[in-house]
Amino acid sequence: MIEFDHVSKVFGGSKVIDDLSLRIGEGELFVLVGPSGSGKSTLLRTINRLVPVDAGAVRIAGEDVVTRDIEALRRGIGYAIQSVGLFPHRTVAQNIATVPRLLGWNAEETRVRVEELLGLLRLDEPGMADRYPHTLSGGQQQRVGVARALAARPAIVLMDEPFGALDPLTRESLQHSLKTIQRDSGTTIVFVTHDMDEAFRLGDRVALLLDGKVAQVGTPLAFLHAPASPRVREFVGGERGRLRELAVRLVRDVVRLGETSSGHAVDIDASLQDALAAMLAQGHDALPVCEDGRVVGAVRLGDLVARPS
Amino acid sequence: MRILIPLAVLVALVVGLPQAASVFHAWFPAVSHPVYVRTSFVMLTAAHVMLVAVATTLAVVIGLALGVFATRPAGRSLLPTVRAVAVVGQTFPPVAVLAIAVPLLGFGAAPTLLALVLYGVLPVLGQTIAGLDNVPAASLDAADGMGFGRWRRLLDVELPQAAGPIVAGVRLSAIVSVGTATIGSAVGATTLGSPIVEGLVGNNMAYVVQGALLVGALALTVDGLLATLERRLKLPAA
Repeated sequence: MIEFDHVSKVFGGSKVIDDLSLRIGEGELFVLVGPSGSGKSTLLRTINRLVPVDAGAVRIAGEDVVTRDIEALRRGIGYAIQSVGLFPHRTVAQNIATVPRLLGWNAEETRVRVEELLGLLRLDEPGMADRYPHTLSGGQQQRVGVARALAARPAIVLMDEPFGALDPLTRESLQHSLKTIQRDSGTTIVFVTHDMDEAFRLGDRVALLLDGKVAQVGTPLAFLHAPASPRVREFVGGERGRLRELAVRLVRDVVRLGETSSGHAVDIDASLQDALAAMLAQGHDALPVCEDGRVVGAVRLGDLVARPS
Repeated sequence: MRILIPLAVLVALVVGLPQAASVFHAWFPAVSHPVYVRTSFVMLTAAHVMLVAVATTLAVVIGLALGVFATRPAGRSLLPTVRAVAVVGQTFPPVAVLAIAVPLLGFGAAPTLLALVLYGVLPVLGQTIAGLDNVPAASLDAADGMGFGRWRRLLDVELPQAAGPIVAGVRLSAIVSVGTATIGSAVGATTLGSPIVEGLVGNNMAYVVQGALLVGALALTVDGLLATLERRLKLPAA
């Protein structure tokens, strides 16, 4: 879907992106993670040509982005940023309708889509559509920012540390919303963050960028089980990487179907971290597991600690 | 209220002053002609408003165009110069501009108009640059990323967010023009300054008072009008 082909970018004499090649598949939630200055934001911004590349090519569906009309290209790609950049002189509904308006959607079509997005992003309290951005909390503003990025049903959405400025609870809630929306819509999302936990929680696949190069690309579990280099291992957290793994793996992977246990059940799609938290809270070393509200098995503490085979 | 009260006062003065000969006679017993009659106050006010309106319109068009140009990528290199001119230019007294305009254009309305436009451009220009410069970078990044063209971005994103400061500049420009146009009568323009200038020359304080009252009421009316517009255009956040 998106292909970086030997892309380089120089800013002020230093190579921010260094002969980088990478493919992002259709419908993937792909996370670019790395420390500040690793080139992740710059790489993201080459996709919608906010940053022109110095060498190599960026292709979408096989087509070099430089051959596309720049405005049409950008209107076809959702864009959300950490500082949100809502238009202060426009209401929530008008902000969300920005790209549909640029694309000339009719009023009814736009209104229906805005309603739908307000619901999807849990912005459906009464009167929300007509409020101005400055009356919203940071979390609500970023929900509007995400809704605006999704408004015209783009095939690709670019997100540059969208949740970076939010408190942990709000961030987690937005991550959850995003993951759900992405799974249901099949949108390809390229997501930039410097937060490894966020990368692993969200990403179908993750690329770790160091000094403008891809240090490793793969699923979160691949990072944890087979770091490509000592530096990658360091970023993943060394020994503590095992703790991260609990957040990535699901109860579904270790459930013992048919067994039972006492205590309050955990959901089969909860993470092992959630299961461990529930065990600690309840003081049990095993808990029942439910799927669609029915108990289907149990999970044991030993299974959380054991290395996956 | 900020518009209605000064406007009512202005109308009352225009209509009432010609009837107030006895009042001015009692106030200034020494003068033989207590009310200015060479040109009607209606005509003087209309001429004054006309001159200010034309000058302010031209000043806004020029100031806005220069301000927009100086903040575009092509004009960025000129921005410090333009900004300096706008700031330093406002320290010149408007009378000085008028004094320079007369040798160039002779007497009458033309040098007055030139002075008003030249001086009026500066606050509009300064405030346009300030307003456009203060549009948050995030707003511009988002607009670019979503595929606004340059013009679209200017009209839909930048100017609406800069509208408050720009109208503040227009307001200052118009108020200064209302006052400065008065001095235009010293170089032969017909304005509300005519009774003032004639009164000063002929030692007739009644004329001076009549002209001053009218100019004051007009200035407050214009100020009220533009202050209301400014408040309307202010960002919801401000």
